[in-house]
Amino acid sequence: MKPAEFIRRWPLVRQLTEGDPLGLGKAVQSSRTQTLEPRTHSADRVVSSVCPYCAVGCGQKVYVKDEQVIQVEGDPSSPVSRGRLCPKGAATKNLVTGASREHAVKYRRPFATEWEELSLDRAMDMIADRVIATRAATWQDTEEDGDQEKVYHRTLGIASLGGATLDNEENYLIKKLLTALGVVQVENQARI
Amino acid sequence: MAECHPVGFQWVMEAKERGAVIIHVDPRFTRTSALADIHVPLRPGSDIAFLGGVVNYILEHERWFKEYVVEYTNAATLINPEFRDTEDLDGVFSGFDAHKHSYDVASWSYEGMELMSAAEDREGAAQAEHNTGEQAGSGGIALKHGEPPQDRTLQDPRCVLQLLRKHYRRYSPEFVEETCGVPKDLFLRVAQALCDNSGRERTSAFAYAVGWTQHTVGVQYIRTAAIIQSLLGNIGRPGGGIMALRGHASIQGSTDIPTLYNLLPGYLPMPHTEHYRGYQQYIEMNAAKTGFWGNAEAYFVSLMKAYWGEAATRDNDWCFSHLPRISGDHSAYTFTRGMFDGTVNGFFVLGENPAVGSSNGRFNREALAKLDWMVVRDFVEIETASFWKNAPEIATGELQTDKIPTEVFFMPAAAHTEKNGSFTNTQRLLQWHHAAVEPKGDCRSELWFMYHLGRIIKEKLRDSAEPRDQPIKDLTWSYPTDGDIAEPSAEAVLAEISGWAPGREYLKGYDTLKPDGSTVCGCWIYCGSYADGINQTARRKPRQQQSYVGGEWGWAWPDNRHMLYNRASADPDGKPWSERKRYVWWDERKGQWTGEDRPDFIIGRAPYYKPPQDARAQDAIGGAEPFIMQADGKAWLFVPDGIRDGPLPTHYEPRETPLANALYPAHVSNPVLQVIEHALDPFNHPRDKPAHDGAFPFVATTYRLTEHHTAGGMSRFVEYLSELQPEFFCEVSPELAALRGLTHKGWATIVSARAAIEARVMVTDRMRPLRAGGRTIHTVGLPYHWGQNGLSTGDSANDLFHLALDPNVHIQESKAATCDIRPGRRPRGPGLLALLEEYRHRAGIEPAVPAEVEVET
Amino acid sequence: MTTVTIPTIISHDIDTRSHDADGTPRQMGFFTDTSICIGCKACEVACKESNQVPDDGLHWTGESYDNTSAIGCNSWRHVAFIEQTKPVQVPDEQGSGALRWLMASDVCKHCSNAACLDVCPTGALTRTEFGTVVVQEDVCNGCGYCVPACPFGVLDKREEDGRVWKCTLCYDRLKDDMEPACAQACPTKSIQFGELKQLRVIADERVRRLQSRGEEQAQLYLSDSTDGVGGGHAFFLLLDRPEVFGLPPDPVVTTRGLKTIWTSAGGAALTAVAAVALAYLRGRA
Repeated sequence: MKPAEFIRRWPLVRQLTEGDPLGLGKAVQSSRTQTLEPRTHSADRVVSSVCPYCAVGCGQKVYVKDEQVIQVEGDPSSPVSRGRLCPKGAATKNLVTGASREHAVKYRRPFATEWEELSLDRAMDMIADRVIATRAATWQDTEEDGDQEKVYHRTLGIASLGGATLDNEENYLIKKLLTALGVVQVENQARI
Repeated sequence: MAECHPVGFQWVMEAKERGAVIIHVDPRFTRTSALADIHVPLRPGSDIAFLGGVVNYILEHERWFKEYVVEYTNAATLINPEFRDTEDLDGVFSGFDAHKHSYDVASWSYEGMELMSAAEDREGAAQAEHNTGEQAGSGGIALKHGEPPQDRTLQDPRCVLQLLRKHYRRYSPEFVEETCGVPKDLFLRVAQALCDNSGRERTSAFAYAVGWTQHTVGVQYIRTAAIIQSLLGNIGRPGGGIMALRGHASIQGSTDIPTLYNLLPGYLPMPHTEHYRGYQQYIEMNAAKTGFWGNAEAYFVSLMKAYWGEAATRDNDWCFSHLPRISGDHSAYTFTRGMFDGTVNGFFVLGENPAVGSSNGRFNREALAKLDWMVVRDFVEIETASFWKNAPEIATGELQTDKIPTEVFFMPAAAHTEKNGSFTNTQRLLQWHHAAVEPKGDCRSELWFMYHLGRIIKEKLRDSAEPRDQPIKDLTWSYPTDGDIAEPSAEAVLAEISGWAPGREYLKGYDTLKPDGSTVCGCWIYCGSYADGINQTARRKPRQQQSYVGGEWGWAWPDNRHMLYNRASADPDGKPWSERKRYVWWDERKGQWTGEDRPDFIIGRAPYYKPPQDARAQDAIGGAEPFIMQADGKAWLFVPDGIRDGPLPTHYEPRETPLANALYPAHVSNPVLQVIEHALDPFNHPRDKPAHDGAFPFVATTYRLTEHHTAGGMSRFVEYLSELQPEFFCEVSPELAALRGLTHKGWATIVSARAAIEARVMVTDRMRPLRAGGRTIHTVGLPYHWGQNGLSTGDSANDLFHLALDPNVHIQESKAATCDIRPGRRPRGPGLLALLEEYRHRAGIEPAVPAEVEVET
Repeated sequence: MTTVTIPTIISHDIDTRSHDADGTPRQMGFFTDTSICIGCKACEVACKESNQVPDDGLHWTGESYDNTSAIGCNSWRHVAFIEQTKPVQVPDEQGSGALRWLMASDVCKHCSNAACLDVCPTGALTRTEFGTVVVQEDVCNGCGYCVPACPFGVLDKREEDGRVWKCTLCYDRLKDDMEPACAQACPTKSIQFGELKQLRVIADERVRRLQSRGEEQAQLYLSDSTDGVGGGHAFFLLLDRPEVFGLPPDPVVTTRGLKTIWTSAGGAALTAVAAVALAYLRGRA
């Protein structure tokens, strides 16, 4: 640093030259303070989203940096919410990046007392086998009912619960697949 | 609303600033009450008495909107002479079967109008269950063509308006005071405010949530509100309506595209084994002759083409036989009971937490211990996933970890920021959320999970010759995938939901659907959400650049109409009822409907159009009939079919209540309420024998707090929310605290025949004892968010509640039951069971049979 | 009934830019209208998310719905919940007419005469170009002089890192004309952010309207630049006396004597210089 610059940055000189004789304002601001900018500025991209909690459907903007969510805020353009969020919506970043989230499949063997690790592919394969076996074992096809035939074409051996927290497209695939499998016991939070 | 939908509440606050009167009816004084003009504390479970009082007030004081009621409702329609009211039969309607606890609804019909479903039923099935619950889509019933007989002078004693007068005659302000604990003057203030703010110049809106639905008469609560709003002319008009405030991001969407047992997408009913013996019958019973349900075949065939593709042909009835059949109630509590008796062996739990969120937690958790396998998909290790190691029943010895056979797969779920997709909000608005980042580790979307599970199963069954596997082999299941994790394209799924014509010509709306197999559409009410190959749900034109309706933000079903039945915002001639309340009106020069919103009507149908006798589907809708989904085009004050427990809402007490039924002593609670009979679900008192001085003298009700979300999976694991409401607490009045020796900030144990739970005590004036039925009624308030896992832990309020359900929709009565409360913490271990046993003994309840765990080693 | 056509306080799209068109910073602030606060605590959470403030631990207090208890180093916004049973409306035996539940979101007042700023020996506390008061986290050495100086008890030392933390009125966001996180999230716009002089006009109008509706105790707090702290850049509309919300009724900047002290000290210094000079001259003589 040149001597002149050094002197210019000396707080006493700044106090006297920057109109802040008591040294309470700009003269005492650190370089960090002077170059401060909103955290959202550092985002690589901003993605439009919708709050995942209740059904008001508040608009959200998701700020992403280095492939991590760094901030979630209300979207002021939304005619539903006008940029506002409740405490839950405001806690969305905490929800999606929080330490409580699980990132690995966990498997509990029958009668076991602890979880085990299991690869995702293996879990998918095992679940598919369970579905096929249970379905085969519990299939109801038709039944004689007097002179008529009752049609069932179903299994009561499998049930599914959930959907209200999920996307429409996901609900569509759940209903479509389970209907094709003959699973009729499909329910969600709408009745709770 | 301020509690659970704070951001929606900004519009209520805005209305208040502009002069609206805000009325909050709730047993508790909440954050909503704090901002309301009038708070009405009423006894839990007595809302039909209160709302019926309003109906009576409107009729007695001639405050109903005459022209609207005569033209747009079924007030003038004559009802079957066989019909008998509860006032005639001491608490039941005609058709009641005391043995089966059910109704034959034949006598509730419009005069001379045999209901289609009823006719078919009698021909076909032995059981005369009419077109109710499981069997009806949202269109309700189909009427035979032609105008039902009417008396437009409204004088005939058999016309709906006169039946209404008779039914609600005894719902006087004094009755309301006696039954609801609401002082007469306070009730009158509400009734007057509603009437003063309704009519041509003003409208009033109702907003409700599960405080209305979680009752054994929940559907009838909403129906009573519908009667009030129809009488006051508040449906289909700006500032009017009845709004369900729903608690999950896409709970509306999961009903439209149903993960529900009784529906197919777009409220088409699931085929029933008794009633639908084949495709033709199915279509005839569901395609009303008149109204937009007249096109049900086009909707259905387009769905079958979406499901089965080329395999669905006219010759094979569009693969109708591929569809599984329902045979009664298959809702959650019923299939949970099936886990005990061994019929249900495998269970998927997808973003729901029944161990905490469902009534009678012990029943739900012990059922899980009977399963062969269970898949739980969630962000965090919720109580449902870990029941086998830390359910409360482990501590009491009722369950033992090493004797539980259930194989559990916990699959971490992707968050909304990690996947593309649309939510449908509580106002039917579809909004797309874009994936911001890739999910970490094994986290995956349900879209990924279901798609790949289906793909693997299809591969495994590829060579199967079993007839039952044919639907899986025929299922269309080719969605493009993307990225390292092979995430299926949500947009491709939305495109299928919205539909296309040959050559992938994306459909613009449901009126383009055909019954000939040429159109593909996965959900007819969402048809057009991908019009022109553009994701309409992702539209985000800033609010500042468009009208207040917000028609260019997202996409509202159907057809981007933001307010349903909005033709009712104009008078029969098509002119706005008033300039102040103009919304949609007839433009004579252009020969079409126009306005702020897309008209929920046939765009070119003139107000003076009278349909010819033989017209069908939408051609049969008159120009002055706004309720286009109803077969008669009218709002139904009286429901001739489609509801199991009565054509008119009637006050019944909750299944558990401290009071007798002041109207009908012979029928304390809903005579056709549904019960999940199970040893783990004893009631505090026998049916129709209310108990106010026994073991369970107080009323318990549950609710949510702003700071938490439902069963806690998305809040109790979040630091910033858990610290705001860190512990389970109960709310009691100073009077109840004095009566039971409860100390503020101390502990209390709350007991029912099902469970004993502990909570911190909040003594507050916001809870008030009420005088009703000549007694003082004390209520214990219980936020229900807690469980064993997460950062903020506590007992689950839902453990206290029972499994008496609304007979139409199978929702449990968790907003009003009875309980006891005592100071101090609950016993640990087997001592807890001893306490419960002691209570059951005092209440004269048969000892519960402990659920045996069958062990195979 | 009259139709109100002007935007209500809730829909008011106040100009939230912190700079004039030519880039000149404006004097910005918060107007917290507690009459429309619904106690949702979105402000508390939005603040923490935006400023990356740690959670404050799980303590159930039993004090109504307030589990935050006070403003502190880890809670820069605090919503107070006051349950009152005094007769404020027509008393009615069984209704809730006698019950009132006040909610109010408190925050650093960003005093125009800020004692914390005066006593800070390191220059960590600074007044920004927007008139707000900020602790510079890279300068603060945790001496704690500011903590007792604040008449509102806002400044608080975080034991884990030894520094003092408080509301910055989202100084980082203001630099880019962004609204502070709490104000943006607030569902009912109980927290309004804008240019101080415009907020004062809105507040005056608002308090008049509430008083005309019968809210006789509606009052502004710290909106007056002649009060003991020279007015706050964060000021409030309250429906009861300040002490009901735990706010000092007549706060005074604790360094109000500072000018006199400096004048006296200056005088003393001059006297000393003169004495030295005199001695020197005498010596010469």
